[in-house]
Amino acid sequence: MSKYLLRRTLISIPVLAGISAVLFTILALAPGDPFEELATNPNVPAEVRMNLRAKFGLDDPLPLRYARWVVAMARGDWGFSFVSRVDVDTLILQRLPATLAVLGAASLVAILIAIPIGTYSALRPYSIFDQAATTLAFIGFSLPTFFTGLLFILLFSIHLDWLPFIYRADISATGWQWYWEHVRQAIMPVAVLGLFQAASMTRFMRAAVLDVVRLDYVNTARAKGLSEGTTLVKHVVRNALIPVVTLVALQIPNIFGGAIVTEQIFRVPGIGSLLIASILANDTPVVMAVTFIFSCLVVVSNLAADLLYGWLDPRISYR
Amino acid sequence: MTARVAAPTVADRLAVAAAEPRSSLWRETSRRFRRHRLAMVGTVILLALLVAVLAGPLAWRLPINEIDFKAKLKSPSWSHPLGTDDLGQDLLARMLYGGRISLAVGVAAMLIAISIGTAIGATSGYLGGAIDHTLMRVTDMFLSLPGLPLLLLIVYLFRDALRKTLGPEVGVFILIVAVIGGLRWMPVARLVRAQFLSLREKEFVESARGLGASPLRQVVRHILPNSMGPVIVAGTIDVAAAIIAESTLSFLGLGFPPDIPTWGRILFDAKDNLDFAPHWALFPGTAIFLTVLSINYIGDGLRDALDPRKVLGK
Repeated sequence: MSKYLLRRTLISIPVLAGISAVLFTILALAPGDPFEELATNPNVPAEVRMNLRAKFGLDDPLPLRYARWVVAMARGDWGFSFVSRVDVDTLILQRLPATLAVLGAASLVAILIAIPIGTYSALRPYSIFDQAATTLAFIGFSLPTFFTGLLFILLFSIHLDWLPFIYRADISATGWQWYWEHVRQAIMPVAVLGLFQAASMTRFMRAAVLDVVRLDYVNTARAKGLSEGTTLVKHVVRNALIPVVTLVALQIPNIFGGAIVTEQIFRVPGIGSLLIASILANDTPVVMAVTFIFSCLVVVSNLAADLLYGWLDPRISYR
Repeated sequence: MTARVAAPTVADRLAVAAAEPRSSLWRETSRRFRRHRLAMVGTVILLALLVAVLAGPLAWRLPINEIDFKAKLKSPSWSHPLGTDDLGQDLLARMLYGGRISLAVGVAAMLIAISIGTAIGATSGYLGGAIDHTLMRVTDMFLSLPGLPLLLLIVYLFRDALRKTLGPEVGVFILIVAVIGGLRWMPVARLVRAQFLSLREKEFVESARGLGASPLRQVVRHILPNSMGPVIVAGTIDVAAAIIAESTLSFLGLGFPPDIPTWGRILFDAKDNLDFAPHWALFPGTAIFLTVLSINYIGDGLRDALDPRKVLGK
């Protein structure tokens, strides 16, 4: 298992290198010059501008600039936010926990909804329950997150007035009240993101269980006297999860896209809303760093999916 | 006598087969598609939306940008069937116009994704070897790119330059379509490659090769047409995904400028007035939802209709 894990980790290094190369190429190809403003300023002579360019290495050949950029990123030297006037890494470390908390909670909600519903649907295909679940799943992944978010605000905040629709970091209450307020304001973002993930996961789960449940080894398990519950959990669901993990791993970039939108709608102070705010404020170092962080998160989640895969199907880790 | 009914002779079967009208592959496919009820409902809704956005602006002549503060934030009424926004602009006219852009972005981005995907998948699957290996590594890398952040980054870096050279509408359109299409070709490439790997060993391709068909002719005339089934399904779903991607960009305020009211852009303007003008957000949101839902159901129907396993058990 540890050998398998090491191999998967080593494979993700070229992927990260490729992603960073893509990001750097985009940045290098982009028009615009950081010293453009100086060019139009008559008080700054041309040679000062040229010296500045040389000092920051903007005239060096591209591979050299790429190497320097990668080294700086790897050392955690991510630059300085023009707008917030703090180091980019401090800014991101402040914002990352909120994003991870919302994403983690949403994924948990999705798993808790999708696995039981998908399995039950597949055990009784074309029943009323199955048809209702399938239709709801179809509606769920056809509803874009930004519209679900607005509908939730309209229903639960404006119409029913149950939940706050703006996420606040500075809640003054203490004790249990403080926890309750935090949970209350997290319900809607987590629900929007969780239901979005659950919709496609339910479909994957249903299809996978439908494939597995007919197989001979399930009959064998029943024949040797295992209870229906054990058969279901240990033989059917566990094997059905293998293709589901693959499909969910392919959805991960989509889920991060959904997270950005949800954070923006509910003003969750995470890195997604930071990305939008920095783009609107032309804060290039932050934009680059957040995009890079999202890339790393995708690669790490893919690694986690690989790990899960090895645990679900031990044959994979021995190959 | 009973045995004869249960097991007809070969001659009988041939007679029956000859008596049936010959049905082409496409007629069979469309017959199976029409049996998928929800896919048919989706087709009807999508066609209605298409007719509305194409012919609607000809019938509903209110301008999309006439500012009228007396009619600001009005709920739906006879003079403004979908109400008005905060500048008193007619929402029906804006949605009909914006729908054209939203749907055009979806179709154009899908065409780009399919073209790139088919080209890469075909090259990879037909040539094999080191080229296949390299191309598939590149595909895997693109699959782990974070779609929306990257889309935002590219739009952020290139928007102003393209707007200057090509004008605000065309520039943003080309940029958005190219980037969405350029980030969605990977599933198509994988599907086409898998099809090519199995089809290039099939007897009919071998016989074409034996008859001296050039590699290009083998690919274009024999392999490609037979591998189009899954690509059509993937392409259908891609239209929906591209529409969502464009709406998301516009909803975040980073897509089309305010004078081009795509559905996502109208939602962006509407989201801060939810409490006193919910109709402003509900109509464009529902339009996006209905379009995407219809397209997904059509994709589902096409998948069932084009699945070769279904042909055997019809």
